[in-house]
Amino acid sequence: MDWEIVIGLETHTQLSTQSKIFSRSSTQFGAVPNTQANAVDMALPGSLPVMNRGAVERAIRFGLAIGATVANRSVFARKNYFYPDLPKNYQISQFELPIVIGGKLSFFVGEQEHTINLTRAHLEEDAGKSLHEHFQGPHGESSSGIDLNRAGTPLLEIVSEPEMRSAAEAVAYARALHGLVVWLGISDGNMQEGSFRCDANVSVRPKGQKAFGTRCEIKNINSFRFIERAIQYEARRQIELIEDGGTVRQETRLYDSERDETRTMRSKEDSNDYRYFPDPDLPPLIVSQDWIEHVRAALPELPAAKRARFESDMGLTAYDAAQLTLHRAIADYFEAAAGALPADQAKQAANWILGELSAALNRDELEIGRSPVSPARLAALIQRIQDGTISNKIARDVFTAMWSGESGGDPDAIIEARGLRQISDTGAIEAMIDAVLAAHPAIVEEYRAGKQKAFNSLVGQVMKAARGKANPQQVNTLLKQKLGG
Amino acid sequence: MTLLSEFPSIPDLNLALREHRVNAVELATDALRAARSHADPHVFLHIDDELTLAQARDADHALAAGTAGPLTGIPIAHKDLFVTRGWRTTASSKMLANYTSPFDATVVDHLRTAGTVSLGKLSCDEFAMGSGNENSAFGPVRNPWDPDRVPGGSSGGSAAAVAARLVMAATGTDTGGSVRQPAALCGVSGIKPTYGTVSRYGIIAYASSLDQAGPLARNACDLVPILDAMSGFDANDSTSLESCDGKPNATGRIQADFSAAQSRFEAAGARPLHGLRIGVPREFFNEGLAACVAEAIESALKVFESLGATRVDISLPRTRLSIPAYYVIAPAEASSNLSRYDGVRYGHRAEHYGDLIDMTSRSRTEGFGDEVRRRILVGTYVLSHGYYDAYYLQAQRVRRMIVDDFQRALTEECDVIMGPVTPDVARRIGDNKQDPIADWLADIYTLGVSLAGLPGMSVPCGFGGSAGRLPIGLQLVGRYFDEGRLLAIADRYQQVTDWHQRIPGLA
Repeated sequence: MDWEIVIGLETHTQLSTQSKIFSRSSTQFGAVPNTQANAVDMALPGSLPVMNRGAVERAIRFGLAIGATVANRSVFARKNYFYPDLPKNYQISQFELPIVIGGKLSFFVGEQEHTINLTRAHLEEDAGKSLHEHFQGPHGESSSGIDLNRAGTPLLEIVSEPEMRSAAEAVAYARALHGLVVWLGISDGNMQEGSFRCDANVSVRPKGQKAFGTRCEIKNINSFRFIERAIQYEARRQIELIEDGGTVRQETRLYDSERDETRTMRSKEDSNDYRYFPDPDLPPLIVSQDWIEHVRAALPELPAAKRARFESDMGLTAYDAAQLTLHRAIADYFEAAAGALPADQAKQAANWILGELSAALNRDELEIGRSPVSPARLAALIQRIQDGTISNKIARDVFTAMWSGESGGDPDAIIEARGLRQISDTGAIEAMIDAVLAAHPAIVEEYRAGKQKAFNSLVGQVMKAARGKANPQQVNTLLKQKLGG
Repeated sequence: MTLLSEFPSIPDLNLALREHRVNAVELATDALRAARSHADPHVFLHIDDELTLAQARDADHALAAGTAGPLTGIPIAHKDLFVTRGWRTTASSKMLANYTSPFDATVVDHLRTAGTVSLGKLSCDEFAMGSGNENSAFGPVRNPWDPDRVPGGSSGGSAAAVAARLVMAATGTDTGGSVRQPAALCGVSGIKPTYGTVSRYGIIAYASSLDQAGPLARNACDLVPILDAMSGFDANDSTSLESCDGKPNATGRIQADFSAAQSRFEAAGARPLHGLRIGVPREFFNEGLAACVAEAIESALKVFESLGATRVDISLPRTRLSIPAYYVIAPAEASSNLSRYDGVRYGHRAEHYGDLIDMTSRSRTEGFGDEVRRRILVGTYVLSHGYYDAYYLQAQRVRRMIVDDFQRALTEECDVIMGPVTPDVARRIGDNKQDPIADWLADIYTLGVSLAGLPGMSVPCGFGGSAGRLPIGLQLVGRYFDEGRLLAIADRYQQVTDWHQRIPGLA
């Protein structure tokens, strides 16, 4: 039987505010445990939450960026459950009335454009952390510790519709969403530090069937690679289970990256009754239309708009435009490089960035912001190809030299120092051709006998004699003249 | 006898302090002595001479420097629901028996800034749940008028301390009547202001949408400067109001409104309350009301009529529904508010336990008393899946209807509502032990005002009970933000009556 996988993602994005969502404590990562937890974060008696407007502003930014409705009135609710690292034993979240409703996100899976609808995005606070490993109690016994530094960190939980149909599509969605929240400056997107975590709802159904299968939720996946593998494993597990005559139980599962499998965390029967109710400590969150317009006016150019502009004004393909707008830093780099070039050279800049530059960044595991080759220098290099100073092939060598900082990373200095300037002097090229023709009479014979390959071989010989520096166009033209003559 | 009983009011004591006929350290020393040697050892939960005397010395410096205000050097005390640095804060619960807060409640801070001298912390019902002050882990408080009877609750310690002249005023909190009811049963004056006018920051939460702090004192006039100092917008409490009907919510508002009303009444001459329409809800005079209370209220209303006011028969049809609505909403919020007491970070932790769930469950079972556990169970139940709509949402709908009833009466029919605070005088300690619901039903006259968030107060208006020795309170309910006018109306009544000047045997 043919199966269809159905995936919806819930993404917890840590918002980049200086202080927590309901207290004045710092959100800085990596501090000594419990040094960034005040009376509110520790849920001391008499403490009360106060909304951080910065977190609201970021949620508005996100809502506007995905074309969603930003609710003028949303409500904070208490999600009640006991857990030692949840200091109040309830989490302040939004339940019935979230701040962001609807919206959509477009991205490419390979060369194919996909659009996924979002259900909602709501504000909530993070819990603290339980530390189980290498932790000892006061008498040396093995024990658990609690670090409340993270408690109260602002999160935006972004919920997609169950519209994704493959692990690859889910990963592409997650990457696009990650790119967007970083683009908007609402999150640092640091996945190692937990700033961007995904829960995947996965179910399977026979192709063609309308009704959804029973879903399982895989919690807290913190890398793109693991999203893909967890979904692949989970879908396979469900399909095998059904094909063996079993049924899928609705449950929450955990992905174990070391064993590459998902495991039951809790079944639906054990799930908490969260007893949601509106938090009486916080009045409804009122977002005025003025505030929304203010945020809209301050939005950066969004990826979709930039993508469209790159296609229409700069002549890029849809795919290239999408690739360049996946991250704001890449788009900025491209615009800086293209801006230093004549309009018709934008395409060249795109090719270099998505080709040589990306490869070098990946190889050295660098962010584009730390590239040793600046946009201006890359533009200068492209300029030298354009004005015939060097060939495309030589340019790659020059780029490598620039990357390693040779001659201060200046392409002109490298070309000079290495003597890579292209030979465009007709006399000099003609002399080299004459020498090659004299040295390879057999190949000349083959050419005259009609073998086109022989011509390429002669070009190669000339280029070799020129140590790659002869202008290839001129070599072609002049060689044809000589052979024809 | 305490030194404080020699001064009939806060302004009298303030004058004596300014004229250096007495100083703050002397007052505090005597008050500390009186508090320690008081016949009822359970009124005060925490006393610390050094903390109190340090505040008294500050007050004397201010008095000497001429920077004293109307409350400088005035001995007060706080209900143990307000967190305080220095004094422990227990909410009368074993759960917090050894808890000291790293910060002061906003109310505590405001009263300190105003120059008052705190004698320490007063007993209350555990986590403010109860109306007899019997639900304290540290022993019941006795009514100063009859030691076999309850002082009311949950601010029972506050009412008893004021009645016994141990302090000039005390802070209380009122969620469903916890200021008004003990004030009535102990023969003192108390006011619960409009919800949102006094900060809840630093008040141990019971039911957040209803909790509101208010003072208890000997008379309405004394309540004015205390409530005025307590109130004001606080950025630390998101339900705190920035303005009250266009006026900034800040110290000075209530005093100004009180003075303005006082001047108007003064100008009206022999019939100072001429034009005032008093709404008397017929639902407050049902079969459950004791005859002595009904008579006392009736006499009080006659006094108001003699001052020029007119009486209007009104109806608050959902009065009965206020009991189920309150006892769904308040426990629902409480069940969530009290979840934080889990033995993990602070507070009582069971000595022996198995796993984590067992630790939390044992710590809570041991740390909370019966009434607190009862309300947590009720609250958990009404918020549970499948019951939420039928109980919690339904109660919220009823709450809105109750608000509408009061709003209609106070906008269309009358300027103030008056009636009893309690159905009867103080009951005996232990009386309702087998029937906790009986206490819930006795809250019928105070719950609606809390659900509506309106200002309400209680003033002494007579005595009743077996020997006619137990105080009865008159309830006054105003429009939103009407605290100043309400206090001025009560003051006119106290100018022509002396119920508030009677001193109980236990003083």
